[in-house]
Amino acid sequence: MSSAVENHHEDHHHGPAKGLTRWLYTTNHKDIGTLYLWFSFAMFLIGGAMAMVIRAELFQPGMQIIEPEFYNQMITLHGLIMIFGGVMPAFVGLANWLVPMMIGAPDMALPRMNNLSFWILPFAFFILLSSLFMEGGAPNFGWTFYAPLSTTYAPPSVTFFIFSVHIMGASSIMGAINIVVTIMNMRAPGVGLMKMPLFVWSWLITAYLLIAVMPVLAAAVTMMLMDIHFGTSFFNAAGGGDPVLFQHIFWFFGHPEVYIMILPAFGIVSHIIETFSRKQLFGYASMVWAMLSIAILSFVVWAHHMFTVGLPLAAELFFMWATMLIAVPTGVKVFNWIATMFRGSITFETPMLFAIAFVVLFTMGGFSGLMLAITPADFQYHDTYFVVAHFHYVLVPGAIFSIMAAVYYWIPKWTGNMYDERLGKLHFWLSFIGVNVTFFPQHFIGLAGMPRRVPDYALQFADWNMVSSVGAFLFGLSQVFFLFIVIKTVMGGKKATAQVWEGARGLEWTVASPAPYHTFTTPPKID
Amino acid sequence: MSLKSLKNFPNKLIFIFILFTNSVQADWFALNMTRGVTDISNEVFELHMLIFWICVAIGVVVFSVMFYSMYAHTKKKNPVAATFHENTKVEIAWTIIPFLILIAMAIPASKTLVNIYDDEAGDINIQVTGYQWKWQYRYLEDDISFFANPATDLDEIYNLVPKGENYLQEVDEMVLIPVGKKIRFLITANDVIHSWWMPAFAIKQDAIPGFVNTAWTIVDKPGIYRGKCTELCGKNHGFMPIVVKVVEQAEYDEWVGEKKEAAFKMAELTTKDWSVEELVARGEDVYALNCVACHQTAGQGIPGIFPALAGSDIALNNKARHIEILMEGVQGAAMNSFDYLSEVELAAVITYTRQAWGNAKSGDGEIVIPKDIVDYKEPKI
Amino acid sequence: MNEGAKKTLKRLLIAVPLMFAFGFALVPLYDVFCEVTGINGKVFQSKNVDKLVIEDGRPIGLQFISTNNENMPWVFKPSEEVMTISTGKYYTATFYVKNTTNKKMTAQAVPSVAPSNAAAHLKKLECFCFEQQVLMPGEEALLPVKLLVSNDLPKNIKNITLSYTIFDITEYEDASMANNEMNHENMDNHGGQY
Repeated sequence: MSSAVENHHEDHHHGPAKGLTRWLYTTNHKDIGTLYLWFSFAMFLIGGAMAMVIRAELFQPGMQIIEPEFYNQMITLHGLIMIFGGVMPAFVGLANWLVPMMIGAPDMALPRMNNLSFWILPFAFFILLSSLFMEGGAPNFGWTFYAPLSTTYAPPSVTFFIFSVHIMGASSIMGAINIVVTIMNMRAPGVGLMKMPLFVWSWLITAYLLIAVMPVLAAAVTMMLMDIHFGTSFFNAAGGGDPVLFQHIFWFFGHPEVYIMILPAFGIVSHIIETFSRKQLFGYASMVWAMLSIAILSFVVWAHHMFTVGLPLAAELFFMWATMLIAVPTGVKVFNWIATMFRGSITFETPMLFAIAFVVLFTMGGFSGLMLAITPADFQYHDTYFVVAHFHYVLVPGAIFSIMAAVYYWIPKWTGNMYDERLGKLHFWLSFIGVNVTFFPQHFIGLAGMPRRVPDYALQFADWNMVSSVGAFLFGLSQVFFLFIVIKTVMGGKKATAQVWEGARGLEWTVASPAPYHTFTTPPKID
Repeated sequence: MSLKSLKNFPNKLIFIFILFTNSVQADWFALNMTRGVTDISNEVFELHMLIFWICVAIGVVVFSVMFYSMYAHTKKKNPVAATFHENTKVEIAWTIIPFLILIAMAIPASKTLVNIYDDEAGDINIQVTGYQWKWQYRYLEDDISFFANPATDLDEIYNLVPKGENYLQEVDEMVLIPVGKKIRFLITANDVIHSWWMPAFAIKQDAIPGFVNTAWTIVDKPGIYRGKCTELCGKNHGFMPIVVKVVEQAEYDEWVGEKKEAAFKMAELTTKDWSVEELVARGEDVYALNCVACHQTAGQGIPGIFPALAGSDIALNNKARHIEILMEGVQGAAMNSFDYLSEVELAAVITYTRQAWGNAKSGDGEIVIPKDIVDYKEPKI
Repeated sequence: MNEGAKKTLKRLLIAVPLMFAFGFALVPLYDVFCEVTGINGKVFQSKNVDKLVIEDGRPIGLQFISTNNENMPWVFKPSEEVMTISTGKYYTATFYVKNTTNKKMTAQAVPSVAPSNAAAHLKKLECFCFEQQVLMPGEEALLPVKLLVSNDLPKNIKNITLSYTIFDITEYEDASMANNEMNHENMDNHGGQY
């Protein structure tokens, strides 16, 4: 739409290149955003298929479908793919599409590195998935890959696992650097730090977290590699090392990682609730401080994943209190969302349905998290299905619902077409019911005594396991339905206006729908 | 009874549902943590319920505001939205109040944790060692030692026969402890990280190779209590249960006496004269407990992963190497040393694998007697 | 790319390898933290033991546990499983080992102390866990630990459990982290009691 002077990169064409190589060579943030989103959707379905295998085996007590060795490969890959292939790339894809537009920038700061960040991902996951066909099978030691199960006792594919993790880490680090440089240096005049949309804030903080902790993960897997192949003993007690050291290093990465997976969701939900309440978000500054507090606190709570390894009392008390403390800024965010809705003018389009479900169900996940923080009680919860219920509540009706909400909310901007509202609502309700039927009973079986990462269980857990599996099948099918809705929308639908949503605020709603290939080649005027 | 004979749809549904429910032991009411049978476990339970109800209360208060808003502040009912969008006082209030609630939770939680950590000597000290995939128990004062192998039949696991009441929760040797005495557990592992969990005692400590973790309990109520391994430890992580039987002091003393006597008898067995049939019979049992997971029931192994014993060169022609492998394991492979088995068990299982599956006919027919194992351990200078 | 962007980029490109190095730095940091705070049950060779005042303190129980890590066929057990000792005085405990195989082997013993906050007060002058132990086929030995529990042991600790796990490191002999010194008493010589 811009008739202003073209950026010198676009000397030769006004729009995207033709043909398939467009996608291979693109440096356009919108194209790369689209690549990340489709990639993450594909990984979500693959990881989801593995979940179906897992829940099918757990449908009844006894071994019916697969063997325990293969089951361990399924749970390991399911976790790795959902985290590193599903949630994280989806949020990066949303960042790519939205951050430049939201700050009035023409593109990301480093467009070619942006392309590289994406394209190494399919390569990494091809390696990871092909390990299923290697001798000894795929990694089978859980996504948390504790030593020595993942070093001395690992199948040969562990080396490919390590290689794959290095590449995923490099992708995340490069993406995060791009985002920080873009946000800190390319905001249009007038877009001050405390005026930035919350999704941009959430990604600024997330990007700093990624830069801080992904290299630590790289260090951990490098040490693993050295223990396995080069005779070192970082995690091997025989050589003077310590398996518990692995856990410290891993969770130093691992805990900030889970906040990396939820902060962008917070940003998305803030936008959507504001729009559909037709009321400015309540407590902007508070929301920023809350996210900052959560990010900082996330560095000092890692050992709450290790309460049973034999930590001294002082350590257990410290980590218990620090972990409980995170509930405060998180609660502040929930209250602010509700205060935004209060005395607003609310309508319940599909994005809003997902956002509201996020607030309720993520908070439920937060409550089980608070229970887990209580160390003496954690002795009864740790490594049971209670933990599985907790993290699936914060990740599925948490992060994943926010991604779906984002897709419904912004897809008219990306494609120029409205999605079918009836189908969207149907997808929501099927997913909402599915997710609760799947994961709520897991609180029960965890409390009643079922450990996690097991392919079979004692009989008193049978009823609720069956219910959970039925829910999982429903939820899984509903996502195939979601795929259908997305494709249908891309291919056509009611034409969208630039504004799309009555209450929407932000620079992305000032450009046409679909957004032109190049937007804000000259900075917008901000009042 | 056929689907047709069930008159209506709801009945048909119930029938199909019952078909799927595997056994009468399935339990819709298995919803909550156990109270357990110790002071600590009760304290933990109370703490759990306290935090739970506080969370429920907070949830009810917070969400009722939200649900009210979703009802009363729709565009239809409230076409003009309010414009307020910040209030510092309120932000401070809803930062401080949750903080105070957290302090109220942290106090009882810290007290209970300090109680758990008050770890002093036990009247009885039991070293618990996690193996892939079973637990070993050593009573330090009485020098009793045994393995507790999972006892659920493979036929039940593979759905060939109905599952028993204690499916996946039974072992061949229970841990006995007396009521009212302080029992201290010293927990470690032989290979990878395992974790020893007894819900009824509210004890869970990771079993880490090279390190010892401690836990203690005093149980008030006799009974049989069942626990599980709670750290992914490989293939059969889900199949290494824990069973502790708490008994009156007299019964405990009797059991200790029996165990000591059995250990003495086992030492004697080593010197007795064994026939091939006796060794093979005994060896078959040992094989089923220790070897079948990898080498499989017909000794066929899993190609590429676990070598076959049926028709293997070592089992047919190399008795010396066969003994060596059992005694020392194979470096760089998953085959561990089994020297912790008794001389009788070792001789029996080696003899069994040299005789079974046609090996007796195809090979040199050499068997191993307990004395061979004793000799192997003797100095050879 | 503007000047500001270049600056940000440079800073972040330095931050990444710094955090990678930090990951590795966690390895020695972990040990330093444990040594300084005395937690985690790790025990190190005491350096200034001569300066410790040796005087009678209070009686405490000392319990010894031995574990063989997998693939470690040696006989390994404490000579005495429980000792009642007094804080503030030196004691020597021994562990019996025998290489029951027909190969020369090297072992590494790894100690662990419970409760973990007792570790800071357990001073070892000498310990077979400081070095690798090499035994010829069939050889047996009595390995000593000379230790002292200092008087400043917290009052609520009345019993300490010292556990050793032996690992077979015959393969790792070249790339080891302990010194390559033989330091054990042979049973045929003097008993080794101080």
